[in-house]
Amino acid sequence: MTERIIPIGPYHPLQEEPEFFRLHVEGERVLRLDIQLGYNHRGIEKLAESKSYDQIIFLVERICGICSTSHPFASVNAVENLIGVAIPERARAIRSAIGELERIHSHLLWLGLAGHFLGYNTVFMWAWKARETVLDIFESISGNRQNYAMFKVGGVRRDIRDDLAPGYLAALDRLRPTLDLFRKAVEDDPVIHARTKGVGVLTADDIRAFGAVGPTARASGVDVDVRRDDPYAAYDRVEWKVCLGSNGDIHDKIVVRLLEMDESLRIIRQCLGPLPPGEIDARVKGVPPGEGIGRHEAPRGEVFHYVRSDGTNRPARYKVRAPSFMNVATNVKAVVGGTISDAAIILAAVDPCYCCTERAVAVEHGTGRRLWGGDDLVRLSRDRTRRLREEMGRP
Amino acid sequence: MDELRNALGDLAEGWEERHGRRLYCAVSRERLVEAALRLLGRGLRFATASATDMRSAMEILYHFSIDREGAVLSLRVTLPKEDLVADSLAPHLAAAEWIEREMAEMLGITFRGLTDTRRLLLADDWPAGSHPLRRDGEVPG
Amino acid sequence: MGWREWALRKSPWVFHLSTGSCNNCDIELIDCLTPRYDIERFGILLVGSIRHADILLVTGSVNRRSAPKIAALHAMAPRPCLVVACGTCACGQHMFKESYHTVEPLDAHVPVSVYIPGCPPKPEALIGGIVQAIGMIGRERADAPPRGPADAPAVPGAAGHG
Repeated sequence: MTERIIPIGPYHPLQEEPEFFRLHVEGERVLRLDIQLGYNHRGIEKLAESKSYDQIIFLVERICGICSTSHPFASVNAVENLIGVAIPERARAIRSAIGELERIHSHLLWLGLAGHFLGYNTVFMWAWKARETVLDIFESISGNRQNYAMFKVGGVRRDIRDDLAPGYLAALDRLRPTLDLFRKAVEDDPVIHARTKGVGVLTADDIRAFGAVGPTARASGVDVDVRRDDPYAAYDRVEWKVCLGSNGDIHDKIVVRLLEMDESLRIIRQCLGPLPPGEIDARVKGVPPGEGIGRHEAPRGEVFHYVRSDGTNRPARYKVRAPSFMNVATNVKAVVGGTISDAAIILAAVDPCYCCTERAVAVEHGTGRRLWGGDDLVRLSRDRTRRLREEMGRP
Repeated sequence: MDELRNALGDLAEGWEERHGRRLYCAVSRERLVEAALRLLGRGLRFATASATDMRSAMEILYHFSIDREGAVLSLRVTLPKEDLVADSLAPHLAAAEWIEREMAEMLGITFRGLTDTRRLLLADDWPAGSHPLRRDGEVPG
Repeated sequence: MGWREWALRKSPWVFHLSTGSCNNCDIELIDCLTPRYDIERFGILLVGSIRHADILLVTGSVNRRSAPKIAALHAMAPRPCLVVACGTCACGQHMFKESYHTVEPLDAHVPVSVYIPGCPPKPEALIGGIVQAIGMIGRERADAPPRGPADAPAVPGAAGHG
């Protein structure tokens, strides 16, 4: 049988970053996956060397729009690690609350896209509708729906008003029925089981080999979470637990994220109800020479920032490692051996949403090999769900 | 922690301890892979690597997370500017492949044993021999 | 305005292109499709192929790798195809202007009809911008390529799927 190539990307409206994939397939089976990056490379590490520590927070906020607080969080952790400064309790609580609000909106966003790729557009619409609640809270707190600019070295830039906090918590409580609905659907629906159980499996050994982090690792039973392992902000001052899966398949990745949203709600409730009184800023003066490492458990996993100072107001070196840098590489393993119709959801499962599957910019030509488009991939995935629904009598 | 210090033992050429459970351990480039494998064998997680152009020399830090202690241990390797060659970790650890490719294109370090030497991030038309994070030499814009 | 332009104004289809963005504008664009904003009620449909598009929505600061694709994609679109720059990066490269991996701004590659600033622009601003572009159908900028079906230039492998 001839080997065919399916190019995916680099441009797709539902993805986080433009990336380009080539799926090598034989019949229905995926043989190999090539990943090409760079469509989004903006030279942020180099730009950081020309910015002051205050400006860097705005720069790294724009690394990723979905987890736009993750990089500032790791950045302030890194610079504070270098200085060795302790921040006020109120700032800690605000930081954790912002981090967890972001986890909820990011997981809802992913859940919607996963639903879209599986052929459940209702899930897409409902999840994104629920997400608007979180964005409204962000707009009320910071003035912006995303890129909240909340963090600064030594504390937070903006307070959360004590009189408004109960309203935020009440709005979040109204999300619970929607979250419960999603969880029941994932637990009970035989079609979702058929599409997700045993699909795109990553073993704990795979996770360790690729250094994968976040829900991708936890779905395979690898118990890592920076919030617990290397506590910062208010994470060691509130009650919560790390959510684990065991099978490493798509199903467990969905379940882990759904459970994490419940834990996030618990954390926010403890942080905001009520906020500890006091200052929100430790008023840091200057950064001494040295090195610092800061980490944050973003919705997608550990963000790692390394900063080296020579004593001026700009870093001598700034290194950023996003969780997707580790997680994306696991696709090379997860997608191989599976069928083409599962490729869309597997590529989406680690949540760089990089299944740039609706658009093909075909780059191979003149080779005589037939090119399939990424849009075919989503169609195949959705057709398969429809067939299963018909077979199972759940139209 | 003490167990790790013993594990690296003779390979370590110097230890530094910083705020908030951050350890830095200098090793020679010849023994880097051996040191990394000892850490991985003790359950440490490879987080990433960062290379810095120190003007007089090139420095690479390999960051390992000690998850059960909430600490980070970084192996520090210094390469002379005229001989920017290090042994690749990628044959032993898939997680190291992308970051080594990134360091190769950003700073011009050659990793011995790295089979995939394609560019990772820079555009195809980026001039060969130019490395954006280097401090010596012009970077095209 | 001819009958084709008149018809277009009732249901412009849009295509989205990211040229190196943080994804915030992109997410807000998708957000316009979801229940709160629901731009489909205006007949606006996000399409998966540039060959079906009347409006090209561009986000991002135009990096070196994406730059050659922009004009090629624009050339593949049927005419008229208005370009809307979404977000501060697409309008003027934002804080990435000085980066070694960004090249000329978007409007050096394709004629831009509407600029929507913001980091990211709110969905209301995006909808406002698209509506403004709809109003410009039939009165494109003078430097826009001639109207009529695109005489598909030779873009490697462009045939078939878009």
